[in-house]
Amino acid sequence: MLFEDKNYKLKIGLAEMLKGGVIMDVTTAEQAKIAEEAGAVAVMALERIPADIRAQGGVARMTDPKLIKEIQKAVSIPVMAKCRIGHFAEAQILESLGVDFIDESEVLTPADEEYHIDKHSFKIPFVCGCRNIGEALRRIGEGAALLRTKGEAGTGNIVEAVRHMRAVQREIKHITTLGNEELVGYGKSIGAPVEVISYVKREGKLPVPNFAAGGIATPADASLMMQLGAESVFVGSGIFKSSEPERRAKAIVRTTTHYLDFDIVAKESEDLKEPMKGIDIKEIPEEQLLQTRGW
Amino acid sequence: MKIGILAIQGDFELHRKMLSRLNVDTVLVKSPADLEKCDGLIIPGGESTTFIKLLKVSGLFAAVKQFSQAKAIMGTCAGLITLARKVTNFSLETLDLIDLDVARNAYGRQIDSFIGEVALHINGRDTSFEGVFIRAPRIEKTGQGIRSLAFYQGDVVLAENENILVATFHPELTEDTRIHEYFIRKIQAKIQS
Repeated sequence: MLFEDKNYKLKIGLAEMLKGGVIMDVTTAEQAKIAEEAGAVAVMALERIPADIRAQGGVARMTDPKLIKEIQKAVSIPVMAKCRIGHFAEAQILESLGVDFIDESEVLTPADEEYHIDKHSFKIPFVCGCRNIGEALRRIGEGAALLRTKGEAGTGNIVEAVRHMRAVQREIKHITTLGNEELVGYGKSIGAPVEVISYVKREGKLPVPNFAAGGIATPADASLMMQLGAESVFVGSGIFKSSEPERRAKAIVRTTTHYLDFDIVAKESEDLKEPMKGIDIKEIPEEQLLQTRGW
Repeated sequence: MKIGILAIQGDFELHRKMLSRLNVDTVLVKSPADLEKCDGLIIPGGESTTFIKLLKVSGLFAAVKQFSQAKAIMGTCAGLITLARKVTNFSLETLDLIDLDVARNAYGRQIDSFIGEVALHINGRDTSFEGVFIRAPRIEKTGQGIRSLAFYQGDVVLAENENILVATFHPELTEDTRIHEYFIRKIQAKIQS
């Protein structure tokens, strides 16, 4: 059975350790140190943050191993890195470098429009994005040890992450109401493995943690996503595109822990200077949306 | 009896699940006021650098030290690092409540994480326990007043002093409640004394 596999247990185990924390996108060793100093539970090593990928266009690929190694040397917390959807050779390089988590990410240009990576064949864990329960359970079926909302990366706009988190939570509740005879038909309709649907029906939750990502820019955004059911937050462009990254990083870390203590959230939100400017999703041409990559 | 679980970050929900299976009431601890309701405390797995920073800003750093004088505390993985006297390979101010020198991520990165059979010596019996080691620390030196309770390939992986119980692995990631039960008895002994 899927969930009794020892290696899968170790992968989900690391995801469990990251709960209640903040994972920050960094593009240099110095930024990685700032993130660690602010209390990040992990960093995502990138050449360009999503806001710049969006602005500059072109094919976005895996980060140069040299930069990943520099960041691994600079910090003691887990280091994650992204590979393109379906690009298992990039993932093999990341595994060889010893990154702690691979993000098979729609932020990079997809390499395969039919298949995602067989994540069970790797020893290190994968995180994948999802917009709805079908995507979530397909990724788990392929071996993802952690999920995150896709949101709309690089926009500083929380609206899509909210939509995706609400969709997944709503559909989890729906699954718990299904009769056993409905599971196969439901699996067919959402394109997801019955074994994983059965788990969700029985436990009332996903078999792996689900974090928020894609558009988080303020302490209030972090509190909102945690209250909607996220178990941690990824902050991409939101920190190092703001005017005072160190303070904003610390504020989002503290808020993620105390997301229900509104005095703390208010205090951490005060006088944080300029957040990243942000984009209205409606201004983005449909073919430039990142969230529609992957299926 | 109420057991607090430090809930500033990490796998605190798994410890809560373990204790609810043992019918023990739990409190998720995020502030010194939460701690006042507790008879014992668990510091879970997670990131020790994050723990120390958030313990300090919340006022829990001093409160946990005070708590430890009369009550029992258990720590797993990052919880052990937080409670140890000293971290040998990284600059981190710890609570210094148990005389152990520990190395962080001593077995390597996630690719080196493993599940191994731990030799457990508690309750006057020698048995084994499923040891889930994730980016695990290693106890490099045991100091004053330490009893070693479990070993993996020659390393001490479960140790205690009068008030503190620590593991380098994650019993909360298994279905085996024996180590949590041992901690509950440690709390009961403190309450009676």
